Amino acid sequence: MVEHKKNAAAYWKANLKLIWISLAIWALVSYGFGILLRPLLSGIPVGGTDLGFWFAQQGSILTFIGLIFFYAWRMNKLDKEFGLDEE
Amino acid sequence: MSQFAINLIFVGASFALYIGIAIWARAGSTKEFYVAGGGVNPITNGMATAADWMSAASFISMAGLIAAGGYANSSFLMGWTGGYVLLAMLLAPYLRKFGKFTVPDFIGDRFYSTGARLVAVACLIIASVTYVIGQMTGAGVAFSRFLEVENDTGLMIAAVVVFMYAVMGGMKGITYTQVAQYVVLIIAYTIPAVFISLQLTGNPIPPLGLFSTHTESGLPLLQKLDEVVRELGFQDYTADVSNKLNMVLFTLSLMIGTAGLPHVIIRFFTVPKVADARWSAGWALVFIALLYLTAPAVASMARLNLLTTIYPAGPTAEAIHYDERPDWIRTWENTGLIRFDDKNGDGRIQLYNDVPAFQETAEARGWAGNELTVNNDILVLANPEIANLPGWVIGLIAAGGLAAALSTAAGLLLAISSAVSHDLIKGSINPNISDKGELLAARISMGVAIVVATWLGMNPPGFAAQVVALAFGIAAASIFPALMMGIFSKRVNSKGAIAGMLAGLISTVVYIFLYLGWFFIPGTATFANVEANWLFGISPLSFGAVGAMINFAVAFAVSAMTEEPPQEIQDLVESVRFPRGAGVATGH
Repeated sequence: MVEHKKNAAAYWKANLKLIWISLAIWALVSYGFGILLRPLLSGIPVGGTDLGFWFAQQGSILTFIGLIFFYAWRMNKLDKEFGLDEE
Repeated sequence: MSQFAINLIFVGASFALYIGIAIWARAGSTKEFYVAGGGVNPITNGMATAADWMSAASFISMAGLIAAGGYANSSFLMGWTGGYVLLAMLLAPYLRKFGKFTVPDFIGDRFYSTGARLVAVACLIIASVTYVIGQMTGAGVAFSRFLEVENDTGLMIAAVVVFMYAVMGGMKGITYTQVAQYVVLIIAYTIPAVFISLQLTGNPIPPLGLFSTHTESGLPLLQKLDEVVRELGFQDYTADVSNKLNMVLFTLSLMIGTAGLPHVIIRFFTVPKVADARWSAGWALVFIALLYLTAPAVASMARLNLLTTIYPAGPTAEAIHYDERPDWIRTWENTGLIRFDDKNGDGRIQLYNDVPAFQETAEARGWAGNELTVNNDILVLANPEIANLPGWVIGLIAAGGLAAALSTAAGLLLAISSAVSHDLIKGSINPNISDKGELLAARISMGVAIVVATWLGMNPPGFAAQVVALAFGIAAASIFPALMMGIFSKRVNSKGAIAGMLAGLISTVVYIFLYLGWFFIPGTATFANVEANWLFGISPLSFGAVGAMINFAVAFAVSAMTEEPPQEIQDLVESVRFPRGAGVATGH
C-alpha cells in the first residue's frame, strides 16, 4: 500500500511535469509567436508576410496537434511503466 | 439539370443517409443513449467530435470573419483549436476515468453537493441553448438559399431529421451520423478551396497556396492582397494589432470556452479506455485542422477574388458596371445578404472602406460612399459560384453547410436532454427511476429540446451573434475552472466551488450585459460598446478568460477559509488521476 502510494505520487508528478512542458510550448507558439512576439519575428519573411502571421494562422494549429499526440504517447507509456494502465 | 434539382439531390441523399443510420443505430439502454455504449473507437470518436464541434459558425461564418479582419481575426483559428490541448491534458482522460454520463455528474459528486450540481446544470443549459439557436438559424439560411423553401419550412425539415436520429439513437445514433456528416462537410469545404487555390496560385493544397505566389501578378498572394486592400482604404490584411492584451484574452476565452463546452466533453465518455480519450483528442484536432488550415486560405483568396471581380482592371481603375455584374451577385441579392446602392449615380459598383482617412481619395475619384454591402456569411456559401465551379460543387456546399449545423445541433441537444433526464430527474427529483423510465425521460426531454430549439430558430431573439459570446463566456468562466479544480486540487471544497462558479458566471454575464444591453434588450446597455469604454481595453467577448481567473481566485480563497473536503472525496480525486480500474461509463 505504501509502495503503491509512492508509485502513484511519482506518476502524478511526472504527469504534471509533462503538462507544464506541453503548455509552455502551447502558449509560446500561440500567445508568444502568434501574438505578443510577432513584432520580434517580423524580420523573418514567410510567403509575402512574416513568421508571426504564419504561426497565428497555421503554425500554432500544427504545433497543437503535435503536442496532443506527444502527450498521449508519453502518458500511455507512463501508465504502463508505473503499472497504472487499464488491464 | 437545374441547380435547384442538383441541390435537392445532394441534400436529399445526405438526409437519407442520416435517417438510414438512425434506423440502424437505435439505443436500447441509457448507456447507449448517453455514451453510445462506451465502445466507440478513438479515431471514429475523433471524427464525430470534429463534426460535433464544427458548427455553422466554423463552416459558414469563420472564413468570412477572417477575410474581413485579416490577421486580427486569427484569434478564431488559434482559439477554437488550442482548446483541444487543454481538453487532452487537463480534462478528458480524468473525466473518462470518473466514468459517468454527464458533466454535472462529476461536479455534483466531486463537490459532494446537489447545489453545485444544479449550478452546473444551469450553466450547461444556458450555454447549450444559446448555442443551438445559432445552429438552427444557420440551417435555415442554407435551406432558404439552396432549396428555395421558406425559412420556417426549412427549419421544420431539419427538426424532423434531427428528431429521427437523435431521439431514436441518442448518443449512439448521433455518433455515427456525425461521422457521416464530417465526411460530407469536409469534402464540401475543401473541394472549392482546392479549385480556387489552383486558379489563383497553381498550388492544389490551399494552406500552401496561402503562402505561394499569385500567378497573375507574380507577387506573393498575401502581398498582392495587402496592396489591393490598401488602395481601397482598408487596413492591410496582414497588419499587426495594437490592443494585444485584448487579442490574448479573446484567444484564451475561446480556448478555455472550447474546453468547457459540455457537448464536446461528453464525446470523450464514449471511448473504451482512458488512453483512448487522449488519442481521441488528438484525432479530433487532426480532423478539425483539415478545415481550420483551409479556412484562412479560403478567406484571403475569396477576398482577393471578390475585389478583382469588382475591379477587373485593378483597384486604381474603374469598377464594373452594375448591369454587368456576375450571376452570383444577382442570386445573393435576392437573399438580401448582398446589397447595392448607387450613391454617386454612375452605374458602377464602388466597394471601398468608407472612413474619414480615405474620404479625400474617394472624393477625388468621384465616389460618394461605399456602394456594395456584402454579409460575411455568404463568403463560403458563394465561393463555388465566385470561382465559376460546376453546379454539383454548389449542391455539395449546401449539403455540407447543413451537415455542420445539424451535427452540432444534435450534440448540443443530447447535452441538454441528458442534463434534464439524468441530472435533474434521476439526480434530484426521482432517484429511484428505472433504466427504462430514465431512457423514456431522456427521449421526451430530447423531443422537447428540439421543439424549443426550432421555435427559437424561427423566432431568433435579434441578438443571435451576441449570445454565442455568452455561451463561450459561461463555459469559460464557470464550467472549465470547476472541472479543472475538481481534478487538480484536493483542497477545493463544495463551498469554494459553488462560490467560484457563481463569481465567474456573474462577473462575466454582468460585464457582457454592461456593453451589449441587459438581457440583450436593445438600448439598455450601460456603456457604449467601444474600445475607449472597455475596462483595460478588454472587450465583452474577451471577458470569459477574466471570469475564469475570478472563479479560480474565489474558489481557492473560500476553500482556504473553510474545511477540507471529506476523505472519501480526496480518494475520489486520487482515483480519477490514475487510469487503472476504469470501467465503461455508468450511471451508478
